[in-house]
Amino acid sequence: MIESNDLSKQYNNDFWAVDGVTLNVQPGQILALLGQNGAGKTTTVRMLTALLSPSRGWARVGGYDVAKHPQEVRANVGVLTEQHGLYMRMTGEEYLDYFGKIYGLDAKTRKSRSDYLLDYFGLKEAARRRSGEYSKGMKQKLALARALIHDPVVLLLDEPTSAMDPESAQLVRSEISRLRSSKRTIIICTHNLAEAESLADQIAIIYRGKILLNGTLEELKRAVLGPVEYEAKFAHEFDAGEFELPSGAVLASRTATSLRFRVEAPQDVNPKLVNALTSRNAPLVSFQEVPKKLEHVYLKTMADAQGVIYAA
Amino acid sequence: MRRNWNAIWMVAQREFQDQFRDWRIIVPMFIMVALFPFVADNSTRQAINFMNRFGGDLILDRIIPFVILVIGFFPLSFTLIVALESFVGEKERGTIEPLLSSPLDDRHLYLGKLLVGVSTPLLFSYGSIGLYLLLLSRRPIEFPSAYMMTLILLLTFAHAVLMVSAAIVISVQATTIRAANLLASFVVVPVAFLLQGETVLIFWGDEGVLFYAVAGLTILSGLLIRLGLSHFKREYLLGREIDTLNFKTMGRTFLARVTGDAKSIFEWYRLEIPSTLRQLRQPLFIVISLAVLTVAASYAWVVIYTPTYIEITPDRIQDAQKYLSENLGNVDVLSSNIPAPWLFLSNVRATVLFLFAGLISFATLGVTLFMVNMALIGVVLGGASLINFSPTLVFVSAILPHGIFEITAVIIATAAVLKVGAVLVTPQPDKSMGEIFLLSLADWFRVFIGLVVPLLAIAAVIEVYVTPLIIKMAFPYL
Repeated sequence: MIESNDLSKQYNNDFWAVDGVTLNVQPGQILALLGQNGAGKTTTVRMLTALLSPSRGWARVGGYDVAKHPQEVRANVGVLTEQHGLYMRMTGEEYLDYFGKIYGLDAKTRKSRSDYLLDYFGLKEAARRRSGEYSKGMKQKLALARALIHDPVVLLLDEPTSAMDPESAQLVRSEISRLRSSKRTIIICTHNLAEAESLADQIAIIYRGKILLNGTLEELKRAVLGPVEYEAKFAHEFDAGEFELPSGAVLASRTATSLRFRVEAPQDVNPKLVNALTSRNAPLVSFQEVPKKLEHVYLKTMADAQGVIYAA
Repeated sequence: MRRNWNAIWMVAQREFQDQFRDWRIIVPMFIMVALFPFVADNSTRQAINFMNRFGGDLILDRIIPFVILVIGFFPLSFTLIVALESFVGEKERGTIEPLLSSPLDDRHLYLGKLLVGVSTPLLFSYGSIGLYLLLLSRRPIEFPSAYMMTLILLLTFAHAVLMVSAAIVISVQATTIRAANLLASFVVVPVAFLLQGETVLIFWGDEGVLFYAVAGLTILSGLLIRLGLSHFKREYLLGREIDTLNFKTMGRTFLARVTGDAKSIFEWYRLEIPSTLRQLRQPLFIVISLAVLTVAASYAWVVIYTPTYIEITPDRIQDAQKYLSENLGNVDVLSSNIPAPWLFLSNVRATVLFLFAGLISFATLGVTLFMVNMALIGVVLGGASLINFSPTLVFVSAILPHGIFEITAVIIATAAVLKVGAVLVTPQPDKSMGEIFLLSLADWFRVFIGLVVPLLAIAAVIEVYVTPLIIKMAFPYL
């Protein structure tokens, strides 16, 4: 479990790199931390790893306070850092064994964990090659294997699939999902919004050290982009004219071949809307939710924060 | 204990592995170890031939230990580069963060790096020395004594620890390898001077003094390790604080510390200076004790040991008294020979020198210089006693009138230097090393400007205009 309250970090007594971050990530949950470069994601993760001491506020990771029990925090956390951080003259096998030792695993566990991870990430063949000879994606996978070697209860992953080919990225996402199922608490810092959307239970958007938004994807969409919109598409031009909409539905926009409605309670209102359209002999082809992506939420939030107009 | 050692060894083991897999480290080292002893052996052979022709056995006796010292030093200087980049190199390569994110303790990381930094060059140093001794055994020459050999091997060890521990301190504080390499001059230059000093000691041939050099270096190395451990914080290796050098903030911090909360100079003297003196209580006690002990010891040494070197006969005493009366006859016009401002500046320079010596040695060298000055008082009083002058009268008439201000000033300045040294090696988790350094310098400056300078100015005036008159009154027959 990861909890933080008013977690803040100041540099040089004047610059707040992180300012009042409050998080709560339960076991079996994934939080995606989104933000521009320099927004404070890495500093937040470093405070949660007990690498940087908070200037204000507190954080508890895996049940331990980061300021009071830094060693216990680090022992319980698996970290994938921004840079892979591999020792280029070590083989993949040696590297995992080395970190296994650092995390206090016995030889048998080290061997079995290392074999499992190398095998899972498709690095078995390259296990005895020096990591300096690995491709970018292989290095990233080995770094992720290092973060998992001690089977930590908390995972802090910075760009876990960057530099990976689509198959490898899918493999990593599957592993992250599996870890969520086994009640691990996970934070992912990423610029890959599709990945955040597909993996995260909770999304937080950080800007200049402050959390602007934090919630589930649906909560964020509703908060930023308003109620859900549904679009009726017609086979050909159709003039619906003025017709009475069921209560709870608002006409958002119209074209010659489509109408968009903003609906508060779709389960009640949508059947009535479809009835109203068909009763007017509308050549209805489809009636579906207008997809709103995390990308829109993110860009709109950033635009609002910077005081510019977001053009979808 | 065993857990700690295992963790330190874990860090060191990977570094060893890494070093021994890097041909860029190994090849030059092997060349140096394998080649240099042969070159040195050849030079020794030529030196033997030369000395045999002109009869310089004494110089030959001294050359061998000197060559051994140099042979041992070469690999150390080379591997300084490895120690310099121990932390900052990992930072630049991005490998430090996974290591820092692990449950390893700060001490484990630091000592692991130190162990590798010291062991590898020592391995090559001792290997090189061993090879040279092997080559030397074929020559018709007397080996250095076992004691001298032990001293040189210990000196080589102390060099390794000193240089590597200083390099690691730099490595932790530097932001880039380039910066670390540039800062290396802070290690190389003092060590170069040190080596020259040790060379003098070896040619002097006094093994006793060389032993003290080894002891001094060992203490200094220990203090450097303590400094490194005290100020090693993971945060510094990742944080941004050390990336910037803000002179404006530094100046403001320094000035704020010097002035304190005082709003006027009177308030400063009424509140801040006494508070600083209170903080200096412990160092003052140590420095005063050292002063008393040094004066007493040097006085006793002169009184007891001088007669064993020079026979003190009535004729000699008379000669000495005559010499003094001839030379101290014009003491009352001292101001024309030594103006008070010159004396004042000279004393101010000496106290600043104590500080600089103290800064590069965690106060030890500054305190040593102070003790040397105190020893001179004991020597003067002892000498006076040997030529039948009352040491008490000499002290009261020739030293005390200005000494009451001058010695007080020097004692306070030395106590402040001692405090700077102590503060530097004391862990203060809430402050950076730069901050601690700046604040302790400000504390020293506060004492220096507020007390030492005025006291030295008064002392200089008294020494030039008053002391000579008192001497004349106390010793009218001179």
